[in-house]
Amino acid sequence: MAHLITGLIFIPLLGALFLSVVPRLLARSAALGCNLITAGLALTLWYHFDAANPALQMVQHHVWIPAIGAQVLAGIDGLSLLLILLTSLIFPFAFLARRMSRGFYALMLIMQAALYGTFTAQNFILWFLFYEMSLIPAFLLIKIWGGAKRDRAATKFFLYTFLGSVAMLLSFLGIYLVRGTFDFAELAALGKTGLLTGNVRWLAFAGIFLGLAVKVPLFPFHTWLPDAYEAAPTGASMVLTGVLSKMGVYGFIRLLLPLFPNEIRIVGPWLLGLAVCSIIFSSLAAWAQSDLKRMVAYLSINHLGYCMLGLFAVTATTAAPAIEAQAALSGVFLQIFNHGLTAAALFYFVGLLEQRRGLRGLGDFGGLMQRTPLLCGWMSVAMFSSLGLPGLNGFIGEFLIFKGSFALAAGYTAVAALGLLITAIVFLRAMQALFSGPLTESCAQLPDLRAGEKMVIVPVTLLMFAIGIYPQFVLAIFNATVAQLARLLS
Amino acid sequence: MSNWIVVHLWLIPAIPLAMALVILSLSSARRKGAAMLAIAGQVAALLLSLTAFWSTLGTPGYRLFHNFTWFTFGEQTLRLGFVLDPLAAVMLLMITFVSLWIFVFSVGYMAEDKNFTRFFAYLSFFSAAMLGVVIANSLLLLFVCWELVGLASYLLIGFWIHKPSAAAAAKKAFITTRIGDIGFFLGLLWLYGRGGTLLFYDGGTGALENTGLLSLGISATFIALLIFCGAVGKSGQFPLHVWLPDAMEGPTPVSALIHAATMVAAGVFLVARVYPIFAVNAINGVTASLTVVVWIGVITALISALIALAQWDIKRILAYSTVSQLGLMMVSLGVGGVSAGILHLLAHGFFKALLFLGSGSVIHGCHEEQDIRRMGGLRGVMPLTFITYAIGMMALSGVPLFFAGAWTKEEILHATSLWSVSRIPHYLMLAGVVLTALYMTRQMIYVFFGARRAAAEHAHESPPVMKLPLIVLAICVILLSIVLTPAWPWLHDYLLGERPAVNLSLLIQPMLFVSLALVAAGIGLGILIYRRATIVDPMERAIPPLFRFLENRMWLDELYDWTILALARFAARLSDFLDRYFWDSLVRLCGGTGQLFGVLTKGLDERGINAGVNDATGLTRGLSRFISARHSGQVQVYLSVIAVSMLALLLLYAWLT
Repeated sequence: MAHLITGLIFIPLLGALFLSVVPRLLARSAALGCNLITAGLALTLWYHFDAANPALQMVQHHVWIPAIGAQVLAGIDGLSLLLILLTSLIFPFAFLARRMSRGFYALMLIMQAALYGTFTAQNFILWFLFYEMSLIPAFLLIKIWGGAKRDRAATKFFLYTFLGSVAMLLSFLGIYLVRGTFDFAELAALGKTGLLTGNVRWLAFAGIFLGLAVKVPLFPFHTWLPDAYEAAPTGASMVLTGVLSKMGVYGFIRLLLPLFPNEIRIVGPWLLGLAVCSIIFSSLAAWAQSDLKRMVAYLSINHLGYCMLGLFAVTATTAAPAIEAQAALSGVFLQIFNHGLTAAALFYFVGLLEQRRGLRGLGDFGGLMQRTPLLCGWMSVAMFSSLGLPGLNGFIGEFLIFKGSFALAAGYTAVAALGLLITAIVFLRAMQALFSGPLTESCAQLPDLRAGEKMVIVPVTLLMFAIGIYPQFVLAIFNATVAQLARLLS
Repeated sequence: MSNWIVVHLWLIPAIPLAMALVILSLSSARRKGAAMLAIAGQVAALLLSLTAFWSTLGTPGYRLFHNFTWFTFGEQTLRLGFVLDPLAAVMLLMITFVSLWIFVFSVGYMAEDKNFTRFFAYLSFFSAAMLGVVIANSLLLLFVCWELVGLASYLLIGFWIHKPSAAAAAKKAFITTRIGDIGFFLGLLWLYGRGGTLLFYDGGTGALENTGLLSLGISATFIALLIFCGAVGKSGQFPLHVWLPDAMEGPTPVSALIHAATMVAAGVFLVARVYPIFAVNAINGVTASLTVVVWIGVITALISALIALAQWDIKRILAYSTVSQLGLMMVSLGVGGVSAGILHLLAHGFFKALLFLGSGSVIHGCHEEQDIRRMGGLRGVMPLTFITYAIGMMALSGVPLFFAGAWTKEEILHATSLWSVSRIPHYLMLAGVVLTALYMTRQMIYVFFGARRAAAEHAHESPPVMKLPLIVLAICVILLSIVLTPAWPWLHDYLLGERPAVNLSLLIQPMLFVSLALVAAGIGLGILIYRRATIVDPMERAIPPLFRFLENRMWLDELYDWTILALARFAARLSDFLDRYFWDSLVRLCGGTGQLFGVLTKGLDERGINAGVNDATGLTRGLSRFISARHSGQVQVYLSVIAVSMLALLLLYAWLT
């Protein structure tokens, strides 16, 4: 079973190599075929995963470079599995968004391998390797296939995240020099009593925090995101928001919170403040956007802000009651999945509109409901899911996050709830501008959804409904992990 | 603790929901099929509601529930449930029954619309969500259905989406109600955190049962007020009432179903449902939260009754009337007359649906004209519409004895007179009765009496499929009054869980005469003022500024637009600006500092280190060039150098020794 993880990481890499010999026209099919295998592996992993067991499973352990404490240590728990499933879902979805050239698919596959690696590695060196490995394809995808301002956006993206990574690496080297291990589990055990002493611990904390905060991103380290998402081609935007942004949240859960529980408690109110700022300011900024892609990008920051709110609420409180901590953490986990699904779908729809119209400003459309009712209908479902309408996936995650964080940090959560209102305003404004009113001249010839597009949208939308109505099948993946993490953190 | 119908209560909303999904998947050409399916779904829901109602009749104070696990998070479980008690049962009956006839009416009213099937899908979906609100035994399930009701309302108000005004009204409705819903959501979270459960009834441990209520303590007031925010939004209470009149942009059956009979009543229902939370620690039936409910209700009822006096759109008058009546219901709940409030809700559901369908019939007959100044004299052309409308009007105004609204209104007035805090609401509500009679008389005269103006000239009576619902609802309004009389207050006692008793002496109460006098005054005054009404309103002629003030809805929309909305828009633009220029500038500053550092090091490199190295290498190179020039490879030169050197050495040796 343990080799499943190795397979997951290597098959996309081999696929990327294989793409170079595949005829141009078959590139997408080859990439999708590769994803069929990884999806199969991910499902097998899910099948063999013991959801009741909170410990790491399917562990693979090899010595790598003992001199620097590097080991090949990989395994999965509920959170890892959730993210593996999300990755396996979003990549084929992104491949189907628009036909691109071979290089695009190859880079995407490399990124996919890096993501699988990031979500399974349990040793810092290995984790960091994969973490950085995902950065370069993302940079190239924006730089080569991006839109108007791609050079600036790509550079900004790279510098921002790379700076964060360097800070994080330095912090970990410092920790290694003192503690002599890179193993996540061991570090977490040491973290309970204080990983480092003196003021140097704040330096280490700040380094890791910076690296992850940029990745998520958390206000005010977010300004690279709207530019990058706006410039990236549709498929890359979907992956960036759907999966790559989850690396930051995952890092917070796996690294920062267990390693520095005491430090987080001290700066907790500040972190909560940042999360609330993320939620409010990004939703407000989304309101002011006229470019659809930029608008969705800002809402992405807003939704990840809810994740941060839940995490910080749990860690900032001493002895949080089990039910509240578990509610908030379950909500965060679910929100990770939901946001990946919904935000990717939104970018997909924006891509469809852009493909048809050649533009993607709010003012470039009007009265679409009369011309393309199916496109409007399905897109509305994704929008309502994103604004947290009950019955769709977004609601459950947000409800659980708010349930937990309201009990733990009522004031912050009450302010954050305004974000729910502003998000609704943003989406309804967009729907009004795009769908309603008289049909504008320029949209009079737009085609409605094609059969191929329906094949993509229907399963994704059904999944949104499924999670919204019966979330148990997703929650079951990580319930044990949540319970254990809640005990660890409080 | 359950029987068949309680366990299967979910079927009541599920059937219309299933119908909605089936209809959505039909092609838009299957018009007949769509209507049949939707109506069949309503009939099935009505029959099940009747079964449910029947089973509650046996024992006074009947209450059964059925709870189940929705999902588990971590090691915790979240449970939902359904409850069947008199409150739920009568609401089920009213909603399914009124909806059914509105569905039938729509078959005629929407006959020409090209999105006919979609309309019935939305209607069924709405009905499903609304029925879900009623049977929920969990505040969370109620909230879920509550939001879905909001979605249905959004879809239906904006049904004619090609009209920009309809799209704007739909957006306004959704957002305004969501403002209230944020409060509701926080109240729900607070209740969940304090009480540990969101189930209303759970065999003694529910949130509305003793132990649950005791655990709330002082926070009960805040929880109640937050939940009330949701009711304020949904039920169009001041200051969130502004969306309801705009919602009249939707097709008229929608106005009848959603914005008169059912959805707007959801707020009143919500307060009634969680009433125990409002009443925690009550002294003499008075709590802080209930006092707020009373005053909000009073303000709403009066403001909107006044505004209704100066409106020209036939549906907007009814919309403001609805807002006003909802305010009255809130007052009733606030002063402790829960059953009176709910009874008025039920009666209002019938007569307001009747009035809206009547207005739909008028609009249809006048070729989509809604301005009452362009109508007039329709009583001759549309006799049936006129008679049924008159019945609705009398029920709304509160003409005693034979009309459902009169008894319930009387009971509310009675309840307000007993409120121990203040008598002011009582007097203001009495004034409200006069105003109600006045604006309804005005509307009746403008629409059905006098000369036939522009749009009325080619008016025609509606087809049978639209007449039938009018007749049925009119009959119901009269029949309902029988179970509502104080002499045999069957429905009242049923709701309170008491055995009904006949007491004929209660038929004649002082309040009866008071309200009779007030209604007579209102109608009489109305006839006096408006009998010779022209297209210029008498009040407009007498006091123009006041009329403008009311006609423009006290400029509340403009006020919101210039204050709250302007502020929010400014905040949005500011956030965008900060992002683009402030935060990004900081980043660029960091980048710039790095660059500057680079330039400096480059200078140091080139001028300092590099120059030093250059000089050193230049020196070495010059030296080596000099030396390498000596290595010419000519043996003669080498030999001569050796010879000269040898000679020099010998000379040196000789000189030393």
